[in-house]
Amino acid sequence: MDTHVLHKPQTGMRIAGLSIFFLGFLIFTSSLFVGQYQISKKTLTALSRQVPTERLVKLAPLQNRNYTSKVALLADIEKYINDDGQVQPYQLGEYKLAILKEANIGLLKENPGLFFLCSIVLAAIGALVFILAGLKMPAGIQHNHIFFNSAMSRGVLGISAAVYLIGFYVLLYWYPEYIVNLLILSDPVSDFIRNMPADRWFLYGTLYTFAVAVMGVRMFVKYRHNRYHLVRTGSVIFFQLGFAFLLPAIMERLNQPSMDLKNAWPLNYSFFMDWNLNSLTSSGGFGLFLLFWGIVLALIVVPAMTYFFGKRWYCSWVCGCGGLAETLGDPYRQLSNKSLSAWKIERWTIHSVLLFAVVMTVMQIANFLSDGNVFANYTWRVNQAYSFLIGSAFAGVVGTGFYPLMGNRVWCRFGCPLAAILGLVQKFKSRFVIVTNGGQCISCGNCSTYCEMGIDVRWYAQREQNIVRAACVGCGVCAAVCPRGVLRLENSDPAMRLNIVPDDECGL
Amino acid sequence: MSENLVVIGNGIAGITTARHVRKRSNMQITVISAETEYFFSRTALMYVFMGHMRFSDTKPYADDFWQKNRIDLIYGKVEHIATESKTLHLLDGRTIPYDKLVIATGSKSNKFGWPGQELPGVQGLYSWQDLELMEDNTRGISRAVIVGGGLIGIEVAEMLLSRNIPVTFLVREEFYWDNILPKDEARMIGEHVRQHGVDLRLQTNLREILPDEKGRARAVVTDSDEEIACEFVALTPGVHPNIELARNSKIETGHGVLVNDFLETNIDGVYAVGDCAEIVVPGDARNRIEQLWYTGKMQGVALAKTICGERSKYERGIWYNSAKLMDIEYQTYGFVSNLPREGESSFYWEHSGARHSIRIVYDSETEKVLGFNFFGIRMRQDVCQNWIRDGKSLSFVIEHLRTANFDPEFFRRYEWEILTAYNDQYGDSLSLLGKVGLYDRLIGQK
Repeated sequence: MDTHVLHKPQTGMRIAGLSIFFLGFLIFTSSLFVGQYQISKKTLTALSRQVPTERLVKLAPLQNRNYTSKVALLADIEKYINDDGQVQPYQLGEYKLAILKEANIGLLKENPGLFFLCSIVLAAIGALVFILAGLKMPAGIQHNHIFFNSAMSRGVLGISAAVYLIGFYVLLYWYPEYIVNLLILSDPVSDFIRNMPADRWFLYGTLYTFAVAVMGVRMFVKYRHNRYHLVRTGSVIFFQLGFAFLLPAIMERLNQPSMDLKNAWPLNYSFFMDWNLNSLTSSGGFGLFLLFWGIVLALIVVPAMTYFFGKRWYCSWVCGCGGLAETLGDPYRQLSNKSLSAWKIERWTIHSVLLFAVVMTVMQIANFLSDGNVFANYTWRVNQAYSFLIGSAFAGVVGTGFYPLMGNRVWCRFGCPLAAILGLVQKFKSRFVIVTNGGQCISCGNCSTYCEMGIDVRWYAQREQNIVRAACVGCGVCAAVCPRGVLRLENSDPAMRLNIVPDDECGL
Repeated sequence: MSENLVVIGNGIAGITTARHVRKRSNMQITVISAETEYFFSRTALMYVFMGHMRFSDTKPYADDFWQKNRIDLIYGKVEHIATESKTLHLLDGRTIPYDKLVIATGSKSNKFGWPGQELPGVQGLYSWQDLELMEDNTRGISRAVIVGGGLIGIEVAEMLLSRNIPVTFLVREEFYWDNILPKDEARMIGEHVRQHGVDLRLQTNLREILPDEKGRARAVVTDSDEEIACEFVALTPGVHPNIELARNSKIETGHGVLVNDFLETNIDGVYAVGDCAEIVVPGDARNRIEQLWYTGKMQGVALAKTICGERSKYERGIWYNSAKLMDIEYQTYGFVSNLPREGESSFYWEHSGARHSIRIVYDSETEKVLGFNFFGIRMRQDVCQNWIRDGKSLSFVIEHLRTANFDPEFFRRYEWEILTAYNDQYGDSLSLLGKVGLYDRLIGQK
């Protein structure tokens, strides 16, 4: 009857993409179980650089035994190598990881590159096919069915994704020996880029960069009508790929101390740790340059840029955590809690972490300058506590693992000490503001719903008030989803940016 | 004991009245609604259907807001208003006394007596109940027909498309919404609607809706005798005031509840506000019924002042409205009529992609600007309204367009093209004033 064609994303392409993605995902996950384990003479030789000889010789009785699973071998390693119970747990974990990586034999060990292609690369290709099918839809806001979709509304799929992510982070941080196979399959890439075998941080960096790039393409497709998001997404991909992934790898390749040049203190909480300061001060001019840059970045660049552009220059344009949140995390932004009580909790937790980080840093610096005479043992313990509680558990496990449960900015909103500093600058001394366009708001709630930081944007917009909030990362999605063009991100005259509507505290 | 205000209806007009009375006074305030327990944004209903938001996300205030601000809510239906005893009788038997009463009962969907308009599967879209009904009515269907080409019609089309339901859209006019929009804009939007896959039938009227053997709608027949099979018919030819309650009382009604400029009815202490109010205009001019979100809000603010003892006329100021027509945003300021009026001229520019346009209506003699239509370009409300208020000339506005732009950063700017079009059409040689941003200078955007 009619020649009018409904715009559906090409279903065939979607299914094909999803199938390829899941095949890659399946190969990635099942590679954990590929191969057997054998400690040969060659293995022991290869391990001599990673495990001290006096420990290594204890493994002699295990030589040439065949293990079908890593669990049995791990039990034996623990029994033999730590027979006196003198090895520190962290060190023991590192030994286990190194031994397992060398002892793995079989299909994976012989074809790591093939596994890399058939897992991470294949999944990326599948995801891209799925994403590009979206080009068939008219350009515009693409939020149809989000709250009917189990993956994006805390349904079974969403919870499953969270469990998988949380599981991955727990293994990555505390039981890396169980995911040793993933390190093996990243070896060829690491060798190519860094000229050294993959460690777990290289594996993590690789996955992270793939996630930002592939899901960045998704943002390009989704927001192809909106240049702000195109430029911003290009920026986060650039900083992840260039600054977080490639540059540090090249520094390592050149045998220099390596550093993510955009990772500012206190998000980079190990910058002032004694091992880092020692390494930077003992590595010649380049090390000193890194030390100088790290301090300038934290003390001058961060506050100055935040004065001119607001928090967004960092949080949604440059930062790695922000980069992942704005790409991989974008499908989950609507899950952030918008209640007043969540706002209250946020202010307590984020400033507590900031306080924790500042206290730790003061101790670190005092300890370094006094050659370990001040706070010596305490510094080490505080470092350990911070690394475990904040660096790993909060930023990693909760920060990313909880994307499908609490939205994509849990860490940035409730935990990040750098975001806390940026937020204070943004709130009290910055040109950045979200301007409300007169009386145009229809209180529909799209802005609040899609605010990843849980800001009730509508509360301001409907009373014709500009929005100045410490939490706002300036992602610009509120302005994009507004059906009436009410909101605009601006760097304006600080004197003009506040137009507080006199009202009672309940916001009548 | 403080005075007791009761508001019937918890839409934007009733709620704005209640909120502003609370700001200004210590009155006891009760809001009664038969639609939903809490205030929600009616304009957001479509997003719930499309899965952009949950219903709870459409509530502009948290549920505890009302108690915190001492606004009592009653979820129930008022049966009768007894103005002599100043009492409301609820369907559940409760009686509620009032000292002052605000009627804010909103609208109802228009139905023009089409045969079959009451069949199951046929409905309008206005209330939360309508949305729930639409969920049921559209489940598993293979085609929908929309009758009536206004803003609700296009929203319903967008909603149905989100569920991959093919849509035939019957519009009486020559172009979509051309009883409001000038032809150029109406044609552009019609094309946009078609690009989204809607089977748009212009100059087509509904004759009747046919039932199937179970008595549900199975097809519509148009005035060209074409039968279009469909399981769902949305009737969206506008709305009219919902005044049954008032009509059965001593309160005077016409099309709506009759009120003066102060939103006062014929009965002392009884007011009407929002969609349901018909503001009597003395003389021959037509009475005003304003059914916009914005006017509901402005009326509520004015009425709250009056109720609190500062008797204030409702003056809506310079007219404005906005909408989003599928993917194209629309803003209008001042007065832009669909057909050119005597003594008025207009400048029109449309981008070649047919997604951006501006129209500036001005006084032919003085060149003072009178109104604007903007499509696909966001503009600053205060700047546009000031231009109209201050009687700025067309050429002034063209030269200063840049200062009114409200598009997000990095967006393509059209001021240069608009200026060139103006200079061509008017044989003028104006240039753009105002600062060019750093980014625009970098990419060579003028």
